[in-house]
Parts: sequence; structure tokens; C-alpha cells
Amino acid sequence: MLTALDKKILQEIADLHGDPPGAFNIRKNSQGVERRSMPGVEVAPKKDKPGIDIIVEKNKEGTVHIPVLLTDTGQSDLVYNNIEIGEGANILLVAGCGIHNPGSGTAQHDGVHEIFVRRGARLRYTEKHYGEGEGTGKRVLNPQTVIVVEEGAYAELELVQIRGVDDTVRTTEATIKGDGHLLIYERLLTDTQQTARSDVVVTLEGDGSAARIVSRSVAKGSSNQVFRPRLIAYSKGRGHVECDSIIMDSATIRSIPEIWAENSEAELVHEAAIGKIAGEQMIKLMCLGLTEEEAEESIISGFLK
Amino acid sequence: MLILENMNLVLEEERKRIQILDNIDLQFEWGKMYALTGPNGSGKSSVARVIMGIMKPTKGRVILDGEDITSLGITERAEKGIGYAFQHPARFKGLRVVDLLEIAMKLSEKAECQCLRQIGLCPDQYLERELDNSLSGGEIKRIEIATLLAQDPKVRLFDEPEAGIDLWSFEQLVDILGSSHTSDSITIIISHQEKILEMVDEIIVMEGGKITMKGSREDIWPQIQESARCICRQTCSKEGEIYADCPR
Repeated sequence: MLTALDKKILQEIADLHGDPPGAFNIRKNSQGVERRSMPGVEVAPKKDKPGIDIIVEKNKEGTVHIPVLLTDTGQSDLVYNNIEIGEGANILLVAGCGIHNPGSGTAQHDGVHEIFVRRGARLRYTEKHYGEGEGTGKRVLNPQTVIVVEEGAYAELELVQIRGVDDTVRTTEATIKGDGHLLIYERLLTDTQQTARSDVVVTLEGDGSAARIVSRSVAKGSSNQVFRPRLIAYSKGRGHVECDSIIMDSATIRSIPEIWAENSEAELVHEAAIGKIAGEQMIKLMCLGLTEEEAEESIISGFLK
Repeated sequence: MLILENMNLVLEEERKRIQILDNIDLQFEWGKMYALTGPNGSGKSSVARVIMGIMKPTKGRVILDGEDITSLGITERAEKGIGYAFQHPARFKGLRVVDLLEIAMKLSEKAECQCLRQIGLCPDQYLERELDNSLSGGEIKRIEIATLLAQDPKVRLFDEPEAGIDLWSFEQLVDILGSSHTSDSITIIISHQEKILEMVDEIIVMEGGKITMKGSREDIWPQIQESARCICRQTCSKEGEIYADCPR
């Protein structure tokens, strides 16, 4: 049974206002609490370790929600999810984790997702992280995603962490086969003493493969961020890495994009920029009647939209 | 009425004092259009920035309908009905054209689509576009003007609105600057363009931070043309600005 607090967190991380449409699995405080399979989309608990297997049949279309909730202090949740998107299928997969830490112990979720997007399939994957709670205990999230995008398949990963998470280490590994396409869109905001690290490795294995990594972040307070996106081409593939950060207050940001070609036909580009909010942007919005605080908020929310 | 009284602006750069505005006295009446012209670096944009509150004068007062607004910040002046279309508009990653127009319309009742159409931009093509480097200089400039039209301020400051705008759109720009001006507004256009200087009620010429000429268009325009010819004959280096009749 989900409480009002659970529902509030589900709304934050998965935009859910009731029962999820399609197949789903809701995990709360290290236990699966609700689950539903649909014809052609099977959601089953693992037998050997915590987590679920999601198997989407060929050419199936649909939505799968797999949110995780942590509402107890002192919880350390580790979960392994395997996701198989069958050939030609078209799936929206909404993951994400919300932590409400009411006490002084650390609440931590480490999620390992292994995803196969089979030939010609399409996957749109969103993962939102959110933290709250009146306790002094830390809220920690360490997601690890391993994805294989097969021939002619397309995957889009939207990875969002806007507020409330104290520490995070995000690891993303992707392998893209011939004519496969991958878009990773990462958005991150840290404040106070929070730390965030994102390591992304994308390997272009097949001719015609393509990847784009777009990372936008804002670091406020005395928070600390490290980005390390790496794009490796073993084939005639195309890739673009773009890391943009707004730095404020006494925050620190390290952005270390790397492109690595092992094939003379590969085309790889990287861009990285860190800077404060431009004064001209603030002045423009204030000329339209916004206060300094409203202008700053508009620029940040637009940047992270 | 908007009054600039004994306005002085001095900046210090590398221990040097630079007089940007030197005892400027100007009065702008409701219902009139004004052109502010003169060579580059003469202080035209600084006048506009002082009116908007972006630059604080070293000495002097800004008075709007009898109220001294010199100490007010940018936001308060926007709320008083002053708006500024920048010569070089800011770009924003992530913020869309529709977002900027919606912010502008908080102080007005204009429609965002109408403002874009007025300046020759199709709303279907532009509303969702990001205000980043994917827009050309001309596009971002037209969006800047559309934003001021959306804001619909009483005091309208256009800083070189024609800069970066193609010839086809220029005619449209001149039309909209004229047609959107009302008897309740003051329009001040910083420009070197003959067509814009021809449409205003009064022309103010600046040089070296000072007002060198001011008066009705009928009185000032012939003097500008004459002085332009003189300067042009001497230096022949100013074509393309107000010196459109350069023999070269």
C-alpha cells in the first residue's frame, strides 16, 4: 500500500498521479511492493538477487515504469535490473529514485541497469533522481547503466538530478552497433555541500553508429561536480560530446570530455564550457521586469529544461 | 515627460577617467518619437542605458512624470514602463523564444504570436526555438524587437534596431516602429539610418558625450546631411552610417 508520501515522491520522479499506465514495478525500501506485466511486456522478480527482469517482445509498443522509493533512514538498497527490448519494439521506460530521509542515517540506493535494445528497436529511457526529508542523514544515489544498442536501434537516455541528493556517482556504459543511435541527455543541479560525479563511456562499434552526449549542469553553494564523458570509435561512426555548466557561489566543476578514434573514418567532436551566468542575460530579464532572483531562476531552469 | 537633467557619466579604466556623458540635458515628451544619432562612441547607448538603469550616472537625475527615478534599479524601471531593446541581444541556452515572450508579457496584454508576426517571424517556426547560437544575428535581433513589442512599455528604447537586419525586413521594421508608437508612449531610437531619422519627430545628435544638435526633424535633418557631406569629403571613411550620400 502506497502512502501519501510515496505518491508525492512518485509524482516527482515519474510524473505519476495514480496507477502507472502499462507495465510497472514499484520498489520501496528494498522490497517490490507493486508489479504488473502486460501482454508482451513481462516484469518478473529475479530469483538469485534483488531486482527484476523486464522482457519486451518483438515489435511491442508500450510504457514501463520502474520507480524506486526510499523512505526509511539507514537504508542501503542495491538492485539489479535486466531489461530486454525486443527487435522492432518501441518502449518508454521510466525509472528513477526518490529518497525521503527522515533520520540521521544515510539512505542510499545503488541501481544497476543492464539494457539491451535489440535490432531496429526504439527505447526512450528517463531516470529522475530526487531527494528530500527533514533528517540530517545523507541521501545517496549511485546509478549504473550498461546499455547495448544493436544494429539500426535507437536509444535516448534522459538522466536528471535536480535537487535534494547529497552524493551521487553515476556510471553509464554504452555500446552501439552498426547504424545504431544513442542520445544521452544529462541534467544536474547541485547545491550546498553536495557532490556529483558522472562517468560516461560510449563505444561506437559498428559502421554508421552515432552518439550524442549532452550534459548541462548548474553547481551552486559549495557543491562539487565532475564530468568525464568518453566517446570511443572503433568504426566509421559519428559522435558529439557537449558539456555545459553554470558555476555559482563557491562551487567547483571539473569537466573532462574525451574523444578517442581507432578508425580513420570516425568523426568525433567535443565541446565543454564552464561559466557563470552572463551579466547581459541577467540584465535582459530584469529589463523585462524580473527581479535579480527571478532572472537567475529563469536562466537556470531554462538551462536545465 | 521623461527628463535627463545635467547627466554625467564618468568611467574609470586603467586609472584613466573617461567622460562618457557630459552634462546631458534632454526632455522627451509623450507621444513623440526621437532619434538619437551620432558617431560610434558618442554616448548614445549610454544615454539609453542610464534611462533603463543599467548604468548609474555619476551626476544628474532621471525624472519620469515628475518622479525622480535615478536611484531605482532596472526591475523597478521596467515596472514603471521603461523597456530596452538591446543592440547586441543576449543569447540563452535552454530558454525558448516563447519563454522570453511570456516573461515580457507579464507587464502587458500583448499576444506572443502577434509580436513575432509584426516583425516578420512565423510563430510556428520560432516560438519553440532556443535563444542560442542556432539563431542568426538577424533572427535574434528581430526576436529582441518582438520582445519589446510584447512588453509594450510606455518608454521604448531601441538601440540600433536595424543592425543585422536584412533589407527585406528593414522596411517591415520601420513600419512597425512607427505603427506601434502611440500618443501614450515615448519612442527613442538610436540609429544611423536615414529612413529611421526621417520618421521621427525630433533628432538628437551626440558627439564626444555631448549633445551637439537637437530639434525637430525638419530643422536638424538638413544640417546632418550637410555636416555628413563635409565630413565625408574630409575623411571619406564613414559611409554606411548616416553618410549614405558618400561620393565613393
